Amino acid sequence: MVEFALPKNSRVRKGKTWPAPEGATRVRTFRIYRWSPDDDDNPRLDSYEIDLDTCGPMVLDALIKIKNEIDPTLTFRRSCREGVCGSCSMNIDGTNTLACTKYIDEVKGKVKIYPLPHLHVVKDLVPDMNDAYAQLTSIEPWLKADTHPPDRERLQSPTDRKKLDGLYECILCFSCTTSCPSYWWNSDRYLGPAVLLQAYRWIVDSRDERTGERLDQLEDPFRLYRCHTIMNCTKTCPKGLNPGLAIAEIKKLMVLRQS
Amino acid sequence: MSERSRPLSPHLLIYRFEWPMLLSITHRFTGVGLAGGAIVLVWWLIALAVGPEYFAYAQAILGSWVGRLLLLGWTWATFYHLCNGIRHLCWDGGWGFELRVARATGVLVVIMSIVLTLAAWLIAYAARGG
Repeated sequence: MVEFALPKNSRVRKGKTWPAPEGATRVRTFRIYRWSPDDDDNPRLDSYEIDLDTCGPMVLDALIKIKNEIDPTLTFRRSCREGVCGSCSMNIDGTNTLACTKYIDEVKGKVKIYPLPHLHVVKDLVPDMNDAYAQLTSIEPWLKADTHPPDRERLQSPTDRKKLDGLYECILCFSCTTSCPSYWWNSDRYLGPAVLLQAYRWIVDSRDERTGERLDQLEDPFRLYRCHTIMNCTKTCPKGLNPGLAIAEIKKLMVLRQS
Repeated sequence: MSERSRPLSPHLLIYRFEWPMLLSITHRFTGVGLAGGAIVLVWWLIALAVGPEYFAYAQAILGSWVGRLLLLGWTWATFYHLCNGIRHLCWDGGWGFELRVARATGVLVVIMSIVLTLAAWLIAYAARGG
């Protein structure tokens, strides 16, 4: 359902300001979404003034600095700090990306940080991803083959292997899925770009033998066809992948198999 | 322990409004606008069938500056929706998904919609003789 306004309990209020330390020369303000399940308050935007001279170059460096030195209650996910784990995806400066690969310098003015859009918030920048993971499970993202397994690896021609480029690199950060207006309004039934890219990754895999079954699963007005090629997904992907194209390729296969 | 209901994270109002969303929502708005325009077109045809007096009345309304402004809007909506529709057709064929290309075709659609609108009105005014 399309609902532009946030529910009452979700409206963001003004929050606290944590001023820069005295003598700071290169001050940058970070405005960060805060919500705690432990009190009765609405979400709020806290302002943290950081001295960039004593901070690493990435947005994640600033978040860690805030947590370590200013406000230990700030909660966010992070792990690898080099763009391969997909944990620190969040909305920075209006677009979804990874805090660990986003330079603070890329942002002009105040750095606004929100959790991934249109998800339920567990705490601060940590959204509930359970539904998205369940959707990923629903497409059964693993190799399915009925033929007797060979004694060695299942071989693939270089051409077939090449078809997986631009798909296997996905780190499942769900930046694309939560950037998609169609997913915002229909997340209960539309699978969204990240999961559909994974679906296509198995559909084009020459070693997988259940292509038809996989396509049957997606032949649905909502699961696949809620994609209206808005292209927010491709624009926002922090790994430079193209979920929009992957979805189009699935749609093409749906047509081709009817002829 | 009872759990507080979790808030929904902000979405539309905090997401940066860039060209993919802008072009897409414009496609939808022009589509809705054209549906309205189709009703006006039918009304104009009915006026023609009703008789010369009523048709003159319809012409007067559409020929007023408000009418012409609306017609200009519908002309642009037609060409935008047509051009962007062709862009969507290319996408359905799997072409034009690279971010650079998608952006360039988007700019092209906007330019073409304006050029075609101006051309249509220039031709219309020239044919009408001012």
